[in-house]
Amino acid sequence: MRGLRLLLALVCLGLSACASVPGERPDVDPWEGINRKVFAFNETLDKHALRPVAQGYEKVVPLPARTGVSNFFGNIEDLWTGVNNLLQGKPVDGGVDFGRFALNSTVGILGFFDVASEMELDKHEEDFGQTLGRWGVGSGPYLMLPFLGPSTVRDGFGKGADFLASPTQQIPGWQTRTGLTALGLINTRAQLLGADAALEQAALDKYAYLRDFYLQRRLSQIYDGRPPREDDFFDE
Amino acid sequence: MLKKIVAALLAFVAFAASAQEAPDVLARRLMTEVIEIVKNDKAIQAGDQQRILDLVETKVLEHFDFARMTALAMGREWRSASADQRKALTNEFRTLLVRSYSNALSQYKNQTIDFKPLRMKPTDTDVIVRTEIRQPGAKPVSIDYEMIKSGDAWKVYDVMVAGVSLVTNYRETFAQEIRNGGIDGLIRSLSERNKQLAASKS
Repeated sequence: MRGLRLLLALVCLGLSACASVPGERPDVDPWEGINRKVFAFNETLDKHALRPVAQGYEKVVPLPARTGVSNFFGNIEDLWTGVNNLLQGKPVDGGVDFGRFALNSTVGILGFFDVASEMELDKHEEDFGQTLGRWGVGSGPYLMLPFLGPSTVRDGFGKGADFLASPTQQIPGWQTRTGLTALGLINTRAQLLGADAALEQAALDKYAYLRDFYLQRRLSQIYDGRPPREDDFFDE
Repeated sequence: MLKKIVAALLAFVAFAASAQEAPDVLARRLMTEVIEIVKNDKAIQAGDQQRILDLVETKVLEHFDFARMTALAMGREWRSASADQRKALTNEFRTLLVRSYSNALSQYKNQTIDFKPLRMKPTDTDVIVRTEIRQPGAKPVSIDYEMIKSGDAWKVYDVMVAGVSLVTNYRETFAQEIRNGGIDGLIRSLSERNKQLAASKS
């Protein structure tokens, strides 16, 4: 309950209406100084390594194959998504996730084809950070993780659990594990190439833009797209 | 004779009133039109910025209320802005948003758009038109349009992508700019940003 209150306070303090609070954002981003340094490091890494590789990948691998790769990883994710839906007390959604996995792994040939979506069994996106949020754990301060990007203290723990529970990590043989993880990473980055062009242009301050985007996004995810939203006041 | 003319006029007025588009109908018509154009325009698919901007200017922008968007992004600070400042802010913010997000059109591949049913009372003047973009292998992404009735027309004043408002997402940055340089400082930052973007593309 306290977590829920904290979340609500977050909404009120930073994310929308009450922007009258002066000062930077000590409420959600008390570690802004160090976070910005980590962000600069991530940006450099992305610029010189990850983005060029993702661009190359996009050029070399044709779209149907990339879709297949996305489907393959999406299919693996559905298992953990299902577990999280169960943990959040949403058995119907969890059932859909496991049903998707069963269907796509077989009819969809190891998950390369997302036949379940075509049958209107919609994909969900759940992770352990969201489950913690649902349970009432407050997000804690905003946290820019090296390599992994925007997070919060709660979501950082969530990511750890996601990683350990990921089926990819259960595969014996570190070469296969690393290879798959790398492919998943590059594929995800390639999917973001369109969006990051928009972000690059839209943001006056990329760090702040990304932070506020991330926080709004997580809040929306925790409430499955319907976060409590107070009426925005204003007069013309 | 006169009676007939009056009757015809009345019928015409009634027709015009009923023909006034509901917000979801307007959104659906607009998106269907725009996508049809994008599908048939190789230059847009290839990312031709000028063509995209032309399309957006002629088809889309009249249905957006940029003053309201700017007010929403500013929050309380909007009240302390003078009429001239408001005009300048709206102009710059409009340029920035249009430039940054129009290119999304060139990303359109074969996604389908689902329109969620809109429950709305005839007296409502502020509604959310909810849509979902579907593509295989990914969770559907919601794009919601907040629309307000101004005069006779419905206008979009906020766009939420995956639950994130592209407008209020600016509020913190704007507040920070205003703390550092006042409202004129924010106007300057926005206009410099726009100049940079114009120079880097063109």
